[in-house]
Amino acid sequence: MVTLSPLFLSFQHFRYSEQNWKVASPRIHLREARVMVLKIFFPQCCTTADSGLLVGCWIPDQDSAVVLAVVHYPFIPGQVKRYLTEIRSQTDVDLTVLGSWSMPKEGQEGMDSFLKDLSTIFPHSRWLQLSREIGKRGFTCQVVRKGGMFLKEQAKEGEGSVRDENEKVIIVHYDQRKVMLSQLHPVQEGVSHSKMEQSALRAVFHTVAQSHPLFFIDKYDDGPLKLTHWQSEGREASIIAELVKQGSVPVCKLLTWMLSLWSWLGSIRLLNVPPVRFISSKLSTCVQLGYRTEHLQTVSSTRKATEHMEFMRKANIFVSFLLDMALGLLLIAWLYRENRIGKLASTLVPVADHVAKELRELLEWLMGAPAGLKMNRALDQVLGRFFIYHIHLWISYIHLMSPFIEMILWYVGLSACLGLTFALSVLSDMVALLTFHIYCFYVYGARLYCLKIYGLSSLWRLFRGKKWNVLRQRVDSCSYDMDQLFIGTLLFTILLFLLPTTALYYLVFTLLRLVVVLFQGLIHLAVDLLNSFPLFAMGLRVCRPYRLAEGVKFRVLCEEEGTPLHLMMEINPIKVSAVLQYYRTPTYSCYPRDSWMALCKKLFVGELIYPWKHKTTKTD
Amino acid sequence: MADDSLTDIYGNRIGVACRCHSDLCREVTVSGPKLSLRSVLVYTCGVWLLAYAAFCCTENTAVLSCAIILTLVGLMVYIHFFKVDHESLLIIGSLGVQLSSSYASGRECTSFIEMSKIKDVVINEAVYMHRVIYYLCILIKDPADPHAVSSVLPLFQSSKPRLKCLIEVYKTCQEILAQS
Repeated sequence: MVTLSPLFLSFQHFRYSEQNWKVASPRIHLREARVMVLKIFFPQCCTTADSGLLVGCWIPDQDSAVVLAVVHYPFIPGQVKRYLTEIRSQTDVDLTVLGSWSMPKEGQEGMDSFLKDLSTIFPHSRWLQLSREIGKRGFTCQVVRKGGMFLKEQAKEGEGSVRDENEKVIIVHYDQRKVMLSQLHPVQEGVSHSKMEQSALRAVFHTVAQSHPLFFIDKYDDGPLKLTHWQSEGREASIIAELVKQGSVPVCKLLTWMLSLWSWLGSIRLLNVPPVRFISSKLSTCVQLGYRTEHLQTVSSTRKATEHMEFMRKANIFVSFLLDMALGLLLIAWLYRENRIGKLASTLVPVADHVAKELRELLEWLMGAPAGLKMNRALDQVLGRFFIYHIHLWISYIHLMSPFIEMILWYVGLSACLGLTFALSVLSDMVALLTFHIYCFYVYGARLYCLKIYGLSSLWRLFRGKKWNVLRQRVDSCSYDMDQLFIGTLLFTILLFLLPTTALYYLVFTLLRLVVVLFQGLIHLAVDLLNSFPLFAMGLRVCRPYRLAEGVKFRVLCEEEGTPLHLMMEINPIKVSAVLQYYRTPTYSCYPRDSWMALCKKLFVGELIYPWKHKTTKTD
Repeated sequence: MADDSLTDIYGNRIGVACRCHSDLCREVTVSGPKLSLRSVLVYTCGVWLLAYAAFCCTENTAVLSCAIILTLVGLMVYIHFFKVDHESLLIIGSLGVQLSSSYASGRECTSFIEMSKIKDVVINEAVYMHRVIYYLCILIKDPADPHAVSSVLPLFQSSKPRLKCLIEVYKTCQEILAQS
C-alpha cells in the first residue's frame, strides 16, 4: 500500500535528519560498554551424550564456537591430540578441544575438580565448561580464560571488579546432519579462502560441512577414542548406492568415448561446407542434437563434481535427460501401437492437398473483389496467377514424394526414442518444411510491399519538393527540374493507386506466416521448458528441503532460571521461485527479438520479420 | 504494554504482546484482526446469488458447480496466501533479528537478518496523499561500504500499527541493539 515514492521520500528524510538523531539515539552513549556475547553452536545429538571433552572450532571474528563432537572418558590426552592433528591435516578446519561437557549419571560425583584439571592439559585461550543436570533441560555454561581467571556466565552486581564481567553466553542448538548436508544460497564458491566479511552463519555451515572426516569414528569402534556426533550410532550406507557409484565410472568412460566419436563425425569437413552449415543452423533438430551432445558431455565427464553448483547442474541435466527419454519412449509406444503412424502418414498428403486448395480459393477471392474492395485488375491477375503457379508446383512435389512419405515418417518417428524434445524439434522442422510455400509467399509479398512503400515515401518527398540527404541523414529541400517533377508525380500516382492491391496481398500472407511462426514458437517454448527445468533441484526442494537453505530460523527453547539463553536453529529452505532462478539450466531460449512497438513498425514498413532470436549458450 | 487502545492505521483493533526471554532476547508479536464471519458470509452469498441468477438465465447446472468451486478455492487461497494472522519480531542480541508472519492457514514465512548486516532500527514517516504513516524499519548495511545504507526493510507491513505501539517496539529493539 505504501508506494515506492513515500519510501524514497522517507529515505531522504533519514539522510537529512541523521545529524539530529545523533543526540536522541541511545546507542552512542552505551557504545563503550559493549557486551561480549559468546555464541556456542551445540549439536542436538550431543545433548544426551555422556560426559567428556568438547571438540570443535572457534570462529574468532564473530566470537562463536562450534561444537562438533564429544570425546568420552576414558581417553588418553596424547591420543586425542594426535587424532585432532590428523583430522586438521585432512580438512581445512582448525579443530581444537573447546572445553568439557558434564552430564553426571546416577552415582557419579566429584567430576568438577577433574574437569578443572583437564583445562591445564589442553592449550586454550578460553575453556568452556558446559554441564547439564538430570531432570533439567537447560545447561549451564562457565567460561574460564587463560590464566585461570574464573568468570561467571552472568555477572551479578557487586561481585567485585572482575574483568570482562559483561560476558554472556547464548547456546544455539542445531541439527548436525541437516546443517552438514545443507547449502546456503546465494552460493559463494571458493570463499573459504577469504575469511573476511564472512557471516557467522556461513562460517558455521562451512565448518560443519568440511569436518566430515571427523564423523567417521562411531561409538562401536574398537579404537582408542569414543566420539558422539550425528553418525555415532553407526554409518548408514546403501549397497545399491555403492554399486551404482562403482559401476558409473566405466559407463561414464564409455559414454565419453562415444561422444567424442560423435563430435568428431560432426566436425568432418564434408559436413562443414557453408550451405550445409547454414541449413543445419536453421533446423531446430540439429540445434537440439548439438545441445544434447553438450549436455551429455557434461554429465559423462569422469571428474567428480567438487562444487555444489557443478553437482546440481550435472544432476539436473541427468534427471531431465532421463525424463526426456521416458517421455519419448511413451510417445513411441503410443504412436506405433495401432499403427497410428501409418494413419498419420496417410492423412498427411490429403491435408497438404486441402491446405493447397484453401490457399487457391483464398487467392481467387483476392483476385475478385475481396471484402467489397475494388482491386486493380491487371496487377491482381499477375500476382494471383504467380502465386497459384507456385502452389501448383508445390502440390506436384508433394505428390511426387507421397509414396515415400509413410516410410520416411516411420523412421523419423523412431527418432523420438532420443527424447521428447527431439520429437518436438522434428515436428517443428516438419511444419517449417510443409509450410515453406507460405514462407515464400510472405517473402514475395513483403518485398513487393516494402519496395512500394520506399518508392512512395521517396516520391512523396519529391512531390513536396524535398529530398533525403544521405550525408546528413535528414530531409532537405531541393529544386527539381520540370521533367523530373512530372515523371516523379506520375510514378507517385501509379504507385499510390496500386498500393491497396499490394497491401492486401501482403496483409494476407503476413497473417498466415504469423500463424505458422506462433505455432513453431509454442513448440520451441515446450522444448526449452523440457531442456531447462531443474527437476533434480525441484525434487530436492520438495523432498529434502533442508538441503537448499536460504537462511536459518530461530526458536527459543526452555527458559529456566540460572541457565543461559537456549535457541533452536532450524533451516529455512529457499522459495520455489528461487530454485528456478538459481538452478535453471541456461539454454538457447528463444524470446522475442523486438518489442511490440518495433515489431508493429517493421510490419507496417514491410521489413522481413524473424520474431524469435536464439540465444547461444556461449553468450549466456 | 497496555494494549486496550492500540489500533492500526485504519482504526481496527490490534493485539500486541512483548515477551522478554532473557537479557539478550525479546519477542514482539502484533496480531491483526481475525477473519470475520460476516465478510465470509457476504462474499459467499454474493457469489452464489450471482451464480443462481446466471443459472436462471442459462439453465446450465455447470454454473452452480463452478460457483461452489470458485468460492472454496478463493477462500483457501485467501487464507493461505493473503490473510496474515500475526507478525512477530524476535530480536537476539549479537545474533540478529528474525521477522516472521504467520497466515490464517498456519503457514509461516520467516526471514532472519544477521546483526552484522543491520545498521539500525528506526521509525520512518511516509507521506501518502493526505496521510502521514509511521512505520518501523530496519536499515541494512551495504557490504561494500559499512557506513552506507543499502536498503530499508519495513516491518509489520500487514498489521500496520500506529505510532504509540511503534515507539514501544522501537524502545525494546534499541535496548537490545545498544548492547551489541
